[in-house]
Amino acid sequence: MKVLVPVKRVIDYNVKVRVKSDGSGVDLANVKMSMNPFDEIAVEEAIRLKEAGTASEVVAVSIGVKQAQETLRTALAMGADRAILVVAAEDVHQDIEPLAVAKILAKIAEEEQPGLVLCGKQAIDNDMNATGQMLSALLGWAQATFASKVEIAEGNAKVTREVDGGLQTIQVKMPAIVSVDLRLNEPRYASLPNIMKAKKKPLEEKSAADYGVDVTPRLEVVKTTEPEARQAGIVVKSVDELVETLKEKGIV
Amino acid sequence: MAVLLLAEITDGALSLDATAKAVAAVAPLGEVTVLAAGARAADAAAEAARIEGVAKVLLAEDAIYGHRLAEPVAALMAALAADYDHVVAPATTDAKNVMPRVAALLDVMVLSDVSGIVDADTFERPIYAGNAIQTVKSKDAKKVATIRTTSFDAAGTGGNAPVETIPAGEDPGLSSWVEDHVAASDRPELTSAGRVVSGGRGIGSKEDFAMIEKLADKLGAAVGASRAAVDSGYAPNDWQVGQTGKVVAPELYVAVGISGAIQHLAGMKDSKVIVAINKDEDAPIFQVADYGLVADLFTAVPELTEKL
Ligand SMILES: Cc1cc2nc3c(=O)[nH]c(=O)nc-3n(C[C@H](O)[C@H](O)[C@H](O)COP(=O)(O)OP(=O)(O)OC[C@H]3O[C@@H](n4cnc5c(N)ncnc54)[C@H](O)[C@@H]3O)c2cc1C
Ligand SMILES: Nc1ncnc2c1ncn2[C@@H]1O[C@H](COP(=O)(O)O)[C@@H](O)[C@H]1O
Repeated sequence: MKVLVPVKRVIDYNVKVRVKSDGSGVDLANVKMSMNPFDEIAVEEAIRLKEAGTASEVVAVSIGVKQAQETLRTALAMGADRAILVVAAEDVHQDIEPLAVAKILAKIAEEEQPGLVLCGKQAIDNDMNATGQMLSALLGWAQATFASKVEIAEGNAKVTREVDGGLQTIQVKMPAIVSVDLRLNEPRYASLPNIMKAKKKPLEEKSAADYGVDVTPRLEVVKTTEPEARQAGIVVKSVDELVETLKEKGIV
Repeated sequence: MAVLLLAEITDGALSLDATAKAVAAVAPLGEVTVLAAGARAADAAAEAARIEGVAKVLLAEDAIYGHRLAEPVAALMAALAADYDHVVAPATTDAKNVMPRVAALLDVMVLSDVSGIVDADTFERPIYAGNAIQTVKSKDAKKVATIRTTSFDAAGTGGNAPVETIPAGEDPGLSSWVEDHVAASDRPELTSAGRVVSGGRGIGSKEDFAMIEKLADKLGAAVGASRAAVDSGYAPNDWQVGQTGKVVAPELYVAVGISGAIQHLAGMKDSKVIVAINKDEDAPIFQVADYGLVADLFTAVPELTEKL
């Protein structure tokens, strides 16, 4: 079974985000970019499936600017076998929407015929939480989102999902799309020899046009603003003062 | 303009708070029809019919909707969508599972976690863990959206809309339910609670997390947690507050032993009053706290619980 893992290049989760003064978006020039944290977990899970003999090949895919090949090299260094880069944007500030990403991934899935697509639950830049669900709709495949445990047996995946009420376990027919949550695993770091080896692994470059997908955004960004900042508060010196203040203000 | 709104229903029970907030959010867009789908959903449909601003309730009862599996629910919504301009749901994990699938079936983009509605085409939503608010204008003919409930007040419940039973849609038969792990609790539900007490890694163990629960019980509050506390096994996953957990905006949020990472702040910084207890005076949580107490939580929390 082949496993397809879509990985997105996003602002590093430690970077303090700055909204551009012209309100056009968030400043991404010269900031540290990394693989979306959820996608590292997806890559890790795919590699573990391969190590367990369940998966035969792990293919990483990224859609976006040319620089996303760095993200793919990271996936290869972690242990993915090969990578596909779909160049769909020139400017790092142009985000490709989940619907267009899902359409490109659907085309790739038709070509590659994976048994499983492991994607992240959410990209930490646009916070959409949509691509996996959209991809499964387009392919007519089963979906299991927000996975914290995945077991594969006899053409089915048994997936435990993190939901509002706690945990839900479902069984999905394969091929399926599984979107991974933070507690599924702890991703490995790529070792130096593996980083070197990754440079020689195949990375195929394509364009959105190769798949006949129009990536024009459906959502036009009117403006981007900073959220309202909270007023600075006060520091109380003791529990007594805290209780007194909260009572005085009618909070408790 | 007409709106189709998926009611939040779990095991036959309506989540009135989430559903009524979503109704209030979209009521200005047009006539609201609520869809109540479930293995049992008649009681939930009747309750939803009382939400002010609801014009009609569609009741789809069938075993295939029993466990909120995405494929049958999305297929039903997509089939109904022709009569509506907006197809929406409160932004719960169930809706986040279903609605992007509905959008893709209709070939439209989904608007996730809408926090403001400017007009029928224009919506606000937080991005980058709430560090920026984006206003987007949808060019799609139909809008599919999930509504961030903490951004809207709930509609009242004096209404009396008719309930119409509709046949179940197709079952794609792609997935099946195995089991749920849900801990029953007498405490208020986290996302709608008026008060929340959350604990972080600073609590140090599952046993000591009981201290947070005691304080919560004293305050009649729900219990929350940071990701680090959940990852460390001190608290269950459904208590996680943040960018990738639950979003809360109670009257009072008490953060204990939580440093205040942006991913945590994303889930609670719209709380009315924030109290932080942390031994590190430089912890970022103090930058958003209205009342900060620099103290060791192991002495401060029991003392606070006693003195309240
Ligand atoms: C993609 C992604 C998504 C994430 N999503 C979320 C999310 O949804 N929610 C979330 O919370 N996090 C999330 N995180 C994690 C987040 O970045 C932080 O790691 C996490 O919030 C830290 O939790 P904490 O504050 O409990 O732990 P720490 O940062 O370790 O803070 C512990 C605090 O406890 C204090 N403390 C320790 N001992 C005591 C004592 N005895 N008395 C008083 N104070 C004490 C310390 O001073 C410290 O400030 C996410 C991270 C990533 C990468
Ligand atoms: N441009 C992209 N390239 C590759 N994978 C992506 C891209 N956008 C989204 N994904 C995948 O879809 C997941 C969810 O993203 P989103 O729906 O944007 O929140 C991510 O964690 C990735 O696995």
